[in-house]
Amino acid sequence: MTGKKSSLLELDARTKKRNAAEKRFQYFGIGAVTVGLLFLIVLLTTIVSNGTRAFTQTFVTFELVLDTAEIEAAEASFVKTSKYRDIITAQLAAKVEELGFETELTSADDLKQIFSSGAAGTLREYVLANPESIGTTEVFKFRTSSRVDGYSKGRVTRESLARDKNLAPAALDLVDQMQEAGLVDRSFNWTFITGSDASESRPEQAGIGVSMIGSFFMMLVVLVFALPIGVAASIYLEEFAPKNRLTDIIEVNISNLAAVPSIVFGILGLAVFIQFAHLPQSAPLVGGLVLTLMTLPTIIISTRASLKSVPPSIREAALGVGASKMQTVFHHVLPLAMPGILTGTIIGLAQALGETAPLLLIGMVGFIASNYPEGVASGFLDPNSAMPAQIFEWAKRADPAYYERAWGGIIVLLGFLMTMNMIAILMRRRFERRW
Amino acid sequence: MPVLWLLTLLLALALVGYVLARRRALASAGGNTRNLHSLPSYYGSNAALFVLVPSLLVLALWLVLQPILIGASVRGDIPPEIVSDGSSFGLVMSDVRRLADGLDAAVGQGAMSAEEARATEVNFDDVRAVLGSVGVALGSAVDTNVLRLAQSYRAISATFDMVRTVIVLGLAIAGFLYAYSRTNADFRARNTVERAILAILIVAASIAILTTVGIVLSLIFNTIEFFQLYPASEFFFSTVWSPSFGGGSELGMLPLLWGTLYISLVALLVAVPIGLLSAIYLSEYAGPAVRAFAKPLLELLAGIPTIVYGLFALLTVGPFLVSFFGQDGHLGVNWMGGGTAVMTAGLVMGIMLIPFVSSLSDDIINAVPQSMRDGSFGLGATRSETIKQVVLPAALPGIVGAILLAASRAIGETMIVVLGAGAAARLSLNPFEAMTTVTAKIVSQLTGDSDFASPEALVAFSLGMTLFVITLGLNVFALYIVRKYREQYE
Amino acid sequence: MYDDNHLAERTVTQNDIKISANKVNVHYGESHAIKDVDVAIEDKTVTAFIGPSGCGKSTFLRCINRMNDTIDICRVTGDIRIDNEDIYDRKVDPVQLRAKVGMVFQKPNPFPKSIYDNIAYGPRIHGLARSKADMDEIVEKSLRRGAIWDEVKDRLHAPGTGLSGGQQQRLCIARAVATEPEVLLMDEPCSALDPIATSQVEELIDELRKNYSLVIVTHSMQQAARVSQKTAFFHLGTLVEYGDTGQIFTNPTDERTESYITGRIG
Repeated sequence: MTGKKSSLLELDARTKKRNAAEKRFQYFGIGAVTVGLLFLIVLLTTIVSNGTRAFTQTFVTFELVLDTAEIEAAEASFVKTSKYRDIITAQLAAKVEELGFETELTSADDLKQIFSSGAAGTLREYVLANPESIGTTEVFKFRTSSRVDGYSKGRVTRESLARDKNLAPAALDLVDQMQEAGLVDRSFNWTFITGSDASESRPEQAGIGVSMIGSFFMMLVVLVFALPIGVAASIYLEEFAPKNRLTDIIEVNISNLAAVPSIVFGILGLAVFIQFAHLPQSAPLVGGLVLTLMTLPTIIISTRASLKSVPPSIREAALGVGASKMQTVFHHVLPLAMPGILTGTIIGLAQALGETAPLLLIGMVGFIASNYPEGVASGFLDPNSAMPAQIFEWAKRADPAYYERAWGGIIVLLGFLMTMNMIAILMRRRFERRW
Repeated sequence: MPVLWLLTLLLALALVGYVLARRRALASAGGNTRNLHSLPSYYGSNAALFVLVPSLLVLALWLVLQPILIGASVRGDIPPEIVSDGSSFGLVMSDVRRLADGLDAAVGQGAMSAEEARATEVNFDDVRAVLGSVGVALGSAVDTNVLRLAQSYRAISATFDMVRTVIVLGLAIAGFLYAYSRTNADFRARNTVERAILAILIVAASIAILTTVGIVLSLIFNTIEFFQLYPASEFFFSTVWSPSFGGGSELGMLPLLWGTLYISLVALLVAVPIGLLSAIYLSEYAGPAVRAFAKPLLELLAGIPTIVYGLFALLTVGPFLVSFFGQDGHLGVNWMGGGTAVMTAGLVMGIMLIPFVSSLSDDIINAVPQSMRDGSFGLGATRSETIKQVVLPAALPGIVGAILLAASRAIGETMIVVLGAGAAARLSLNPFEAMTTVTAKIVSQLTGDSDFASPEALVAFSLGMTLFVITLGLNVFALYIVRKYREQYE
Repeated sequence: MYDDNHLAERTVTQNDIKISANKVNVHYGESHAIKDVDVAIEDKTVTAFIGPSGCGKSTFLRCINRMNDTIDICRVTGDIRIDNEDIYDRKVDPVQLRAKVGMVFQKPNPFPKSIYDNIAYGPRIHGLARSKADMDEIVEKSLRRGAIWDEVKDRLHAPGTGLSGGQQQRLCIARAVATEPEVLLMDEPCSALDPIATSQVEELIDELRKNYSLVIVTHSMQQAARVSQKTAFFHLGTLVEYGDTGQIFTNPTDERTESYITGRIG
């Protein structure tokens, strides 16, 4: 008890206790912030450490004699690619012998495990595209199989291969020697960024490019629909709407829509756009429409905030010189609110870009992203996927090589999101007006 | 005429209308814009609006109604015998539609002439082969009746398209003529145009309402259909969830609801203390430098898409937890069979919700007036005493609202549970066991190959309905509390 | 305008010095809010700080219980002593200081709790009550001192925010009294109140003088004249004149004081 005679210069026991409690509470706060930041750091380092490997790929580079007779024989056979594969493996076997590598793998059958099963296709495409190359010797750079690639990245070890029938542990000894001889090396994997999804057994060929295009077309749809509709709705609600029951209902409705789970929008899209309106399934157009409905509330809320921040004096000034209400809004208020509106729109777009669940329901699942669209109309209407759905598809494939790609896809996705948010922040800084 | 062409034509007509009306207005004022009631561009816009608005409205309505009308007319022709054998009208109709689309594609790509597609006497195997060659795969051999129906479907469609083009273009031209005839110097073009713009704004604002109506209708109709195939009482009260696409599924919602609530609870147990305490620390203790650094970083967590959290749960947090609680784990307990579990999904969802809770509580704590804090400091209270005994009690309703909003987020979250929680529907108390949720099952029931008429697919709509009702209830209640709370201090 | 005779008759007894300030300077970031203020405030006396808005009187008041500590950019130099102890000494805990130097604010700020809990809050955090009965007694005594007991005794558990403005302010005064402070600072305590509530609070202030040293910041010169024994006039961050209230209002020595009192500045 702070008695009358107590001195201020001495802390009484109770104050000491209270100060200790104060410190404790403060440490709780610091702890909470630290834990939050720690989660962020763990998340980001996990993404970066797992994902960056997806951007490189191990290749086997060697000279291949394109023997005319062999190629003709291959083209004449029924399963053409398997003959091409034999060409590659036979020549590699010769190379192995020539360089004197010690290996238990001698048969062409063993050697083919080193290559991606897509290598033969690559060779055939090249030969068909460049018929003049037949009969010459060319340097080829083939993708290795995902196991060899994983070994070079440290993901696959001899122990982990013990029960793996896709690659014999002995092959790794050969890969080591080839690496020393410069036949095997790792370089940047453009296919990952520009390519399409591949079958489950060929992770080394899978890329996020096609689903990126799908995402791009969806974002176009969202931008074209959500921005004008959102701005028009906000202008009405903020500038023209009378205060009555109906506008009240619209307002409550908008704030509730903003909190409806995204998957419910997927159900809406499935029922309305696909079941009812018979729009094409898996089309970016439909995905874009679903995401438009989902982002509209976000855009309306931020647009209304920026319209509200334009001071009434501007409106009065315009009305005072005889402008109509409509002219006032479109000539003065809207241009002044535009930076805020665009910032809100970009943030809404970023939110839409990362959304997955509703897309799955309208059929934009990852494995559909295997063909490039042929043109603009096909970009909107042909089945495609989106980046997050592609990542989800890879995550489901239960293969470490695909997990690596999923993390890599996340880096690409986060790259886009970060760019969009940076633009939003810069715009806010550049155009922000304080009244 | 294809819709795209029709649209282009309408736009061109509108442009022509704009130019002509503008010219006529100027001419009627003798070239002096001062004699006009409105600016010349308003006369042009007026004509363009009269061309576009009625024709586009009719076109949109037509596009929605045409498939329904055609469907109804073809449906009347479906002979009952092909419906009887375990199939439904819906299935036959979708066959008819697919076949008709296939014929269109075949004609379009030149694999079949228009006469061949119309001809009644065709070799059915041919049809299937031809359609296969243009990329339209037909499940079984083409039924005579279905082919007839598809052909009549195409014929009716063609007639409808024809009529549509004539009506829409006619409306556009009529609109133009009307607007053009009214264009003169005294015509109040600006008022008309502004009324039209206002109408457009109102339509835009009501899209939000239409979305809600669309959500409710699409959930209700499919839910009713589901309850006709499967008893509602079983759905709501059965404790067994075991769908089998061959029929005889048990579709009890309770295990899914339990999984949802359990995971959300774990998520809130992670997010609420951390989010609330960091909001308190950042708004009441931290200096401006710390705040400027930590706040945006924490909010970064909110900008990360949920698929990233899902992957994080599946590949990082799950294995990490197994290494402690699983077999041969560091703790020597064998609680966890696999990486996917309530704990995995709940923990990761909690991380996702931290910034949500903290930024909402930050707003709410800042709304408590400074005078309240001054009063407490003036009595000699420490900061923590002020926060715990004055600020938090004052902010309590708002914080409860924020937690309810977070709960609604957690209940509606999909990707984290799809990847992190597991697929087994289970009623268990063990947080290290895999369970599944309402959202995860919506995804799995609707992304399979099942047809939309089966109870196994339709159940997803009832689950969606349940989810929508729960989250809507939480949101309405939470937003109401938060709004009331804000009004108190305004 | 003023009842000069009444002022002149007021007996001024000499009391001990409770608070002494020496060369106090306050900076808010770049701006210099208080410049070299020296003042000696007596015990069992009402001291009024008057002066035009922004003159620094509230800032100086908030220095006395270190409420300025809660503002990041505020810096106080110089020396303020209470009972000859430097309150800005490193060893002094502002929490302990504020228990000794209570404060009442411009706007009544009852906590959103019951009337009882509003009063009990201070004693509870400072551990002044050993039992429930003890606390009941403290609450009753404080409410009586705050001259509000009779109005609220039947609804002690009703929320404090439900009272009228004047009642709320008296509740806040009772709340400040409950921690048994030695000094009571009041920052324009009547500016948000109507005339009737104001006169009730002013009567209360006069009553409290028996036990406490009171410092009151006010905008109203009439109020200063009515309730205080000593008056300090602040202008542009400096203490212009300090003396007996009667003397300040009837015979100010400084020109600025006279201008302010006769209504030419401020």
